Amino acid sequence: MRYAMAMDTAKCVGCSDCVVACQTENNVPIGFCRDWIVENVEGTYPQLEMEIRSERCNHCENTPCVRTCPTGASHVIEGGIVKVTHNECIGCGACIEACPYDARYFHPDGYVDKCTFCDHRVAEGLDTACVSVCPTYSLTFGDLDDPQSPISILLRERKWKTLVPEAGTKPQVYFLI
Amino acid sequence: MVKNRRDFIKISALGATGVAIGSKYLFADNTQQAQKSPKGPFKLPSDFKRTPTYCEVCFWKCAGWIYKNEKGDVQKIIGNDDDPNSNGRFCPRGTGGVGMYHDEDRLKTPLIRVTDKYGKQTYRKASWDEALGVVAKGLQKVIDEHGPECLALFTHGSGGKYFGNLLKALGSHNIAAPSYAQCRGPREVGFIATFGDGLSSPEPTDIKNTDCLVLIGSHIGENMHNGQVQEMSQAIDRGATIITVDPRYSTAASKSKYWLPIKPSTDLALLLAWMNVIIEEELYDKEYVKKYTYGFDQLKEHVKGKTPEWAYGITTIPPDVIRETAREMGKASPAVIVHPGRHVTWYGDDTQRLRAVAILNALLGSWGRKGGFYKPDKAKLPSYPHPPYPEVERSWRDAMGGKYALADLALANGVCDATIPSVTRDCSIKAWIVNGTNLIETLPDRRKTVEAINNLEFIVVVDTMPMEITGYADVVLPECTYIERYDTIRASQHREPTIALRMPAVEPKYNTKSAFWIAKHLAEKMGKGDYFPFKTLEEELDWQLKKIGSSLEEMQRIGVKKLKRPYDDLYFANGEDIEFYTNTGKIELYSTSFESYGFDPMPKYTAHPEPPEGFYRLIYGRAPMHTFTRTINNPNLSDLMDTNVVWVNPKVAKTWGLENGQEVWLKNQDGVFSEFAIKVRVTERIRWDSVYMVHGFGHNRKELSRAYGKGASDSKLITNVMMDPIMGGTGMRGNFVTFLTSKPVGKEVKS
Repeated sequence: MRYAMAMDTAKCVGCSDCVVACQTENNVPIGFCRDWIVENVEGTYPQLEMEIRSERCNHCENTPCVRTCPTGASHVIEGGIVKVTHNECIGCGACIEACPYDARYFHPDGYVDKCTFCDHRVAEGLDTACVSVCPTYSLTFGDLDDPQSPISILLRERKWKTLVPEAGTKPQVYFLI
Repeated sequence: MVKNRRDFIKISALGATGVAIGSKYLFADNTQQAQKSPKGPFKLPSDFKRTPTYCEVCFWKCAGWIYKNEKGDVQKIIGNDDDPNSNGRFCPRGTGGVGMYHDEDRLKTPLIRVTDKYGKQTYRKASWDEALGVVAKGLQKVIDEHGPECLALFTHGSGGKYFGNLLKALGSHNIAAPSYAQCRGPREVGFIATFGDGLSSPEPTDIKNTDCLVLIGSHIGENMHNGQVQEMSQAIDRGATIITVDPRYSTAASKSKYWLPIKPSTDLALLLAWMNVIIEEELYDKEYVKKYTYGFDQLKEHVKGKTPEWAYGITTIPPDVIRETAREMGKASPAVIVHPGRHVTWYGDDTQRLRAVAILNALLGSWGRKGGFYKPDKAKLPSYPHPPYPEVERSWRDAMGGKYALADLALANGVCDATIPSVTRDCSIKAWIVNGTNLIETLPDRRKTVEAINNLEFIVVVDTMPMEITGYADVVLPECTYIERYDTIRASQHREPTIALRMPAVEPKYNTKSAFWIAKHLAEKMGKGDYFPFKTLEEELDWQLKKIGSSLEEMQRIGVKKLKRPYDDLYFANGEDIEFYTNTGKIELYSTSFESYGFDPMPKYTAHPEPPEGFYRLIYGRAPMHTFTRTINNPNLSDLMDTNVVWVNPKVAKTWGLENGQEVWLKNQDGVFSEFAIKVRVTERIRWDSVYMVHGFGHNRKELSRAYGKGASDSKLITNVMMDPIMGGTGMRGNFVTFLTSKPVGKEVKS
């Protein structure tokens, strides 16, 4: 089992539905977020190109956040999902520093929080909240170990990239281009 | 009541003024007791873990489910899989709809305007019984002294049905929604003139099956018209060609094969040139045009000289691009959609521009065809019996002096104008009921709106939030949100007819009531109770649903019910004989109806004013996480976007020495300032002759704690209105602004 996400930049309109759906699903306090939108514009009017991405924790295979965590609060569970055990977290912030994607934040209750790939939903056979709500069908979640899963098929058929590959983290969120 | 002068009151000024609040009223409210029905035949919100609803954050009305947490409080809203408007996926606004319920700035109790002995006006909290009594008296006085035709209702949203019923029962047909003359009206009139049918909502565009989608200023993806956004995504997957015409590099433009960065206000020239190419190169659907249309020869003659070379000088779009895009449309025909858009009140010749869009679709044979426009169907629900409405002697139309004859719905701006006394009219409108529409921001030319309000004898505002308009009310009635109430069954059109139920997930927060309850109790106080024959909305809905073979109990369980389309007529059958609802019974390329009213039977290009030196055309639009002013204070949605910014081309920024993130104030051609500073966004995504901002920001009410003072109001800067002579739409894109780098002092020339 290797969970991963594909994010289709050709379709995403940057509406932020993934952001608010995550907030209401996971009780993320107003003012904070586990996923977010990035817009990149290149060129000069009228020769322009724009890429819109919905970003979140990359649930890397090689996890600097887990390595730097002094208490073991940051850990990897079944399927490669990177999680933080809130009551073991001392809020030192080492993982926030170590993450090349800026995917973690200080929760006002005193611990570090981040995307969980909605493991509570996945355990019930559901998609993550962001995937299930996306109005442009830009997000696909699934198991890379299953060659017939929609995500495996997408990654075979489409061109893709990952973010900051030079960090060597082997991120598991793939951006279809 | 205040007769001549109506001060704008800050609702937060309440207690501080020393006016007795009268807590006895708050608790001695018998009607409140009556509302909380003892365990009757219907289940209560607390009996459910998830309850069905349809969204009220915008007009798309997606159906979904509200889930509660273990404490029984509202947790999240997600789409209903059986709903064709959302396909189980809500947009950010719908998902963030929970914020409308949780917003602590909501209106919490009825308020009545009072004047103290020093002449200072303020609001005093009141019981529902007292407040409704004041409203009934205020409206009745106008009826007695001026006649019921001097009442008007402005509405946007689900409450309109109940207040509309009340108004008609009282004897007035002045019921206006700004969604017509400030938004989609020209499109309806243009399409009715051509096809004999309008588009209504959701628009029956078969985007998921199209091969070519043409967007003219329509920014799908930034406007989150949910089903259309979803279908555009499906069209992208299918490899459909998207052509976007926009002076701004919109999100849709970034997904398009062709982006035509047109010079603003010249769209009609492009449309005529496209017709020219499509006719000259014989790219049109010949069989369809021959069988179904009227006036092809006249049209051919009309667009003869309208070559791409002619249009190039006007639009700045190169002739080869105009030809290539016309050929793309021809190649895809009939699976092509020249999208009618939605907010189309731009330059005052909007009905003619939308006529051109309709004609283009007719030439390409896309109306009634797969991948073009399908024929929508909707559920027909029986309406409950009530006494006939009284005949009216005058309506809003009489106040127009014979103008705008082709308007098929009331003009909000027209009703507003008819409120300002004039020597040419023997009677003006004297009382307004305003429900769910913030007229101060919705209508252009704020000065005129305020003048109209100051001429009213009575105004009652029913809203969930302390919007700007509430500060002008004699009585403010706090409505509960859609999350806390039943409403009429949604029976909107789509490929298949469906019905959807909205029921309360929780009891109303604070001392708020549903629009149904408010209108019914007001009707009873005014002796019109017969028009609301059911005691509760549950009873009415159950009665109505049982008539069509369902029940309230069933709908509470499933939320959305799919009904069968009676005929297999989603698209025209091959060679089918069709009678269109036009004078000729054909699709009118040449409009006999326009001709008979003295308007151009075929659209002509007219040049519109251009910005003076140092000024830039003010273009406004939508952001996916907001609906007009309605959502700006919503805690969840304000978290996604809490202010607007003004988009400025880097060349312009350089000329003015503006930097990204710098605060500026804007001043328009009439000397009107933006009230608050707005930050500059230096971006290549906007043309050098225009600036752009998202509509809905720049609120001046401190009671809206998250929205107050954030960004600029485009509405305030829209003082030049270009009226559409055909249907009275208010063209709002003819306003030009310049930058002020420090806060403006002194008087505005005109405000």
